[in-house]
Amino acid sequence: MTSKKYILGVFEDEDVLLNAIESIRAAGTKIYDVFTPYPIHGIDDVLGIQRSRLPIVAFFCGLCGTSFALWMQIYMLGFDWPMIIGGKPHVALPSFIPVTFELTVLCAAFGMVITFFIISGLRPTLKVPVMDVRSTDDKYVMAIELKEGTDINKLNDLLRSNGAIEVNEKEVVK
Amino acid sequence: MIGIGLVLLVVGLLIAANSGGGHGEAAHGAAQAGHHTAGWGQRLLANLWLNNVYLTGISVVGVLFIAIQYVAYAGWSVLIKRVPEALGSYILIGGIVMLAVFLLPIIFTGHNTLLHWTDHSLHEVGNPNYDPIIAGKSGYLNVTFFTIRMVAYFVLWFLFFKWLRNESLAEDLNGGLNHYNKSIRLGATFLVIFGVTSSMSAWDWVLSIDTHWFSTMFGWYVFASWWVSGLAATTLTVIILKQMGYMKMVTSNHLHDLGKFVFGFSIFWTYIWFSQFMLYWYANIPEEAIYFMERLGGNNNHYTWIFFFNLLINFAFPFLVLMTRDAKRQMIMLKIVCIAILIGHWFDFYMMIMPGTMRGESGFGLIEIGTALTFLGVFLLRFTKELSKASLVPVNHPFLEESVHHHV
Repeated sequence: MTSKKYILGVFEDEDVLLNAIESIRAAGTKIYDVFTPYPIHGIDDVLGIQRSRLPIVAFFCGLCGTSFALWMQIYMLGFDWPMIIGGKPHVALPSFIPVTFELTVLCAAFGMVITFFIISGLRPTLKVPVMDVRSTDDKYVMAIELKEGTDINKLNDLLRSNGAIEVNEKEVVK
Repeated sequence: MIGIGLVLLVVGLLIAANSGGGHGEAAHGAAQAGHHTAGWGQRLLANLWLNNVYLTGISVVGVLFIAIQYVAYAGWSVLIKRVPEALGSYILIGGIVMLAVFLLPIIFTGHNTLLHWTDHSLHEVGNPNYDPIIAGKSGYLNVTFFTIRMVAYFVLWFLFFKWLRNESLAEDLNGGLNHYNKSIRLGATFLVIFGVTSSMSAWDWVLSIDTHWFSTMFGWYVFASWWVSGLAATTLTVIILKQMGYMKMVTSNHLHDLGKFVFGFSIFWTYIWFSQFMLYWYANIPEEAIYFMERLGGNNNHYTWIFFFNLLINFAFPFLVLMTRDAKRQMIMLKIVCIAILIGHWFDFYMMIMPGTMRGESGFGLIEIGTALTFLGVFLLRFTKELSKASLVPVNHPFLEESVHHHV
């Protein structure tokens, strides 16, 4: 059982929060995470979060889907069990396109979802600590991890000077 | 550009006329072989028709784009809206040219060789030329009704272009929400009208060339081609204006959205193209499949390479190049793709119009390039003149602020 302590700055306004994130990061303090009731435009940039690389995964999963679909149809209908359908050649590419398209989309979509679950560690047993329930309602909560030797008063002043209306402390047991 | 185009065209015509004259001496041999040569006149006519249909489409799509932005209460596009707005300025010229190309041959020779059905001997029972299928369609396809329809499309399109444009210009002077609200109503009405007229004009101007053939996808197909070309033209103009130092407030976020439009609708065009092709290919019914027989393998493989080139440049190229986020935000990539799409869809219309009018005799030489350049020159002249008439930024548009801060 390890426990971590967090300092929570509670904000009331979106713009104040965005400015606060910038100046707190500029002051050299590492922000653990920010909890907001809804996605805030531009918050990724100020928090310094890199753009997701999920599109690359999507592309390669899609490519797998395309090749699998084409291989499956060409092999099955052209070589393994050739059948004449509508007087067309065994390997009649135009008629394979719809299935290829569907499998491409399916593989890209499933590949993305599964990759996302694995990378972000989302699984049924996952316990997410709720820092402050008000972050699901009308408050924005910024969490800063409290390490050994951090000056709480200094953090308190930093948060308050940047517009936090409350500063709390929370211990999370993992 | 008009000058260069005209010179090329005249030279091309002279060459064609001379070689045609040379063939005239050997006409006996050709006639005995049952070989019918489409002359340079037909070739010129087909080219005029092709370029005019293409550019008119692009120009109406400009008005359509504006109408959609109003109806959708779109904010992002405000900074670039003057570009599609000015695209519509070609409609009037397009209408005059199209009426002339359609009516003049009928006045002088009795029928227009571009549109086979205008030959009235096809409709007369007992005439050796009598064609029951075309005669059966004469309730819709007759010269009078066709002319009325053509005038109606152009008048409607032009009026809505003018109204939307005037509202937008008046808004610059007066401000307030009145002009905006009125534009929304105008836009909504135009969408309904364009929904009907775009399909009908496609049947009239392009589908009726292959009079026997029919396709329920055709209106959509032509529309998809026009729409993606219009989007590419808009994007290209925005990029060029930005590189020339205008439109400073347009950022890569706006380009990203335009890029998504171009990317998405080049796939949409492919989807429509394929839906039409696959059903006819699969069913393989002679009167339906003949259309693709002429283009793929027929006419001594005359059109086969254009058929595949069409798919390559209009689908594969934009699809692969514009797939990443960065490509849509870079001017150079977007520019290349837009130019490719504009050329590609010219060839798309070439594929629709030439096999029906020129059979296996169509070419790609001085006449084609000359006519295309002439039309492009006239189009650009009208377009740039209209563009320079007003501020590139609609200063009193209610969503201007939103567009300036647009971020994706």
